[in-house]
Amino acid sequence: MNIKRAFRVWQRHFTVYTKLYRTSIVLNFVEPVLYLVAFGIGLGAFVKDIEGVPYIKYIAPGIIASSSMFAATYECTYGTYVRMTFQKTFDAILATPINIEDLVTGELLWGSTKSVFYGTIIIVAISFFKMVDSMYVIFLIPVLFISGLIFAEISMICTAIVPGIDSFNYFYTLFMTPMFLFSGIFFPLKTLPPIISKIAFWTPLYHLTNICRACVTGKSNVIIVDILWLLAAATILAPISYVLLKKRVIK
Amino acid sequence: MVIIKARKLTKYFGQICAVDNVDFDIEKGVCFGFLGPNGAGKTTIMRMFYCIVAPTAGHIEIMGMDIKRHASKIKSKIGVMPQDNNLDLELSAFKNLIVYGRYFEIPYKISKRLAYDLLDYVGLTEKAHENIRNLSGGMQRALLLARAIINSPEILILDEPTTGLDPHSRHNVWHKLKDLKEKDTTLILTTHYMEEAEKLCDKVAIMDRGKIIIIDTPKHLMETYGGNLEDVYLKLTGKKLKGEENNNNNEY
Repeated sequence: MNIKRAFRVWQRHFTVYTKLYRTSIVLNFVEPVLYLVAFGIGLGAFVKDIEGVPYIKYIAPGIIASSSMFAATYECTYGTYVRMTFQKTFDAILATPINIEDLVTGELLWGSTKSVFYGTIIIVAISFFKMVDSMYVIFLIPVLFISGLIFAEISMICTAIVPGIDSFNYFYTLFMTPMFLFSGIFFPLKTLPPIISKIAFWTPLYHLTNICRACVTGKSNVIIVDILWLLAAATILAPISYVLLKKRVIK
Repeated sequence: MVIIKARKLTKYFGQICAVDNVDFDIEKGVCFGFLGPNGAGKTTIMRMFYCIVAPTAGHIEIMGMDIKRHASKIKSKIGVMPQDNNLDLELSAFKNLIVYGRYFEIPYKISKRLAYDLLDYVGLTEKAHENIRNLSGGMQRALLLARAIINSPEILILDEPTTGLDPHSRHNVWHKLKDLKEKDTTLILTTHYMEEAEKLCDKVAIMDRGKIIIIDTPKHLMETYGGNLEDVYLKLTGKKLKGEENNNNNEY
């Protein structure tokens, strides 16, 4: 793998993105804001304070996590799949000095870049409504990059093995949605049977939500475990995504 | 001088043998054509040249380098005009060339000039900043050709370069290819049009079902078998053509 060549792939995606961002940025931004408004304000009116904060403020850090997560997963499932099969962009790129390892690296880096970008937008938005209490929030940017890498890797693995684009429905319904709902974004997991917490511990979003909440509130819960968990997951998943995608693309 | 050397080249896709133990040498500066019905294995061989398909057995040497070990270096000296349109549909013609130039580490200042020169060369200057979607099929093929030569390749690979083009656009592509050949670029092409092969190729390999039946100059083939190249082609592959007709989508 050559990082300069991988950067050229990243740069291609960036160039294309600058042509399309007007439509995509609005869509990516609207969804998290809808969650904040519907749950935070709508449902929040009937919910008592959680851990001493109003409900909307409780869920806001988790929305940073989920927004950045969905940015990377949409990019590296549907986006990557379309480039690989329908648009044949991979064929075009691989006919140049770029090799498959460079291409996969470029895809992963682009996925995590979008993660950072869409997480940061939410940070800015909730800061605007005074829902951020600590300057530690700045530490979230590198964290969002690492977690973005994990979500990109998981998505690439999925992209490498799906028979067709419709199969992503299984990934979203059976994996992404349950993770989104049971990661501690909307309610503390300790209210549920302990088995749920145990399962949640094995999902990246749970740890990312913990870190986001700690950095936004400034109350340093022990997040070192969460950070180590994310670093380990990003490292372990990387080679799997390379091997599987190479197997899919190079016939 | 031999620029591409293939020995005992074999490719299986699962149980299907797409390329069956073929040997060939391609000389520098010639135009070499792979001819054969759909599914003969032409595209598979072309895709092996730029390492998207890995041989099951045998080996290919390009410019003296093994494709398995020096893929990136070899690909930096190759241009590829693919069968399918894989341009970046979201970008303009100009931006397509710039993005492609970056893959070859061509600095922006140079690639900007190159892009305008190439657009001029293929007659797309007026369309430089138009969206790709507004370009006709012929114009998109012309842009693919321009993109394929942005790195001034030593070897240009053309997979059915004129399929689906009207006669005028086809002649335009032929004209450019002859021009490139004069500049000592080695051309390797696959085609279904015998007229195209007769006009452009110095040497052709006629393939069927993964095997190379014969490699020779079109002139010598026509002398040996009589008639034009189309007659030769039908004689050599004819019996099997009927069976292949229903099998048009099986291009490997």
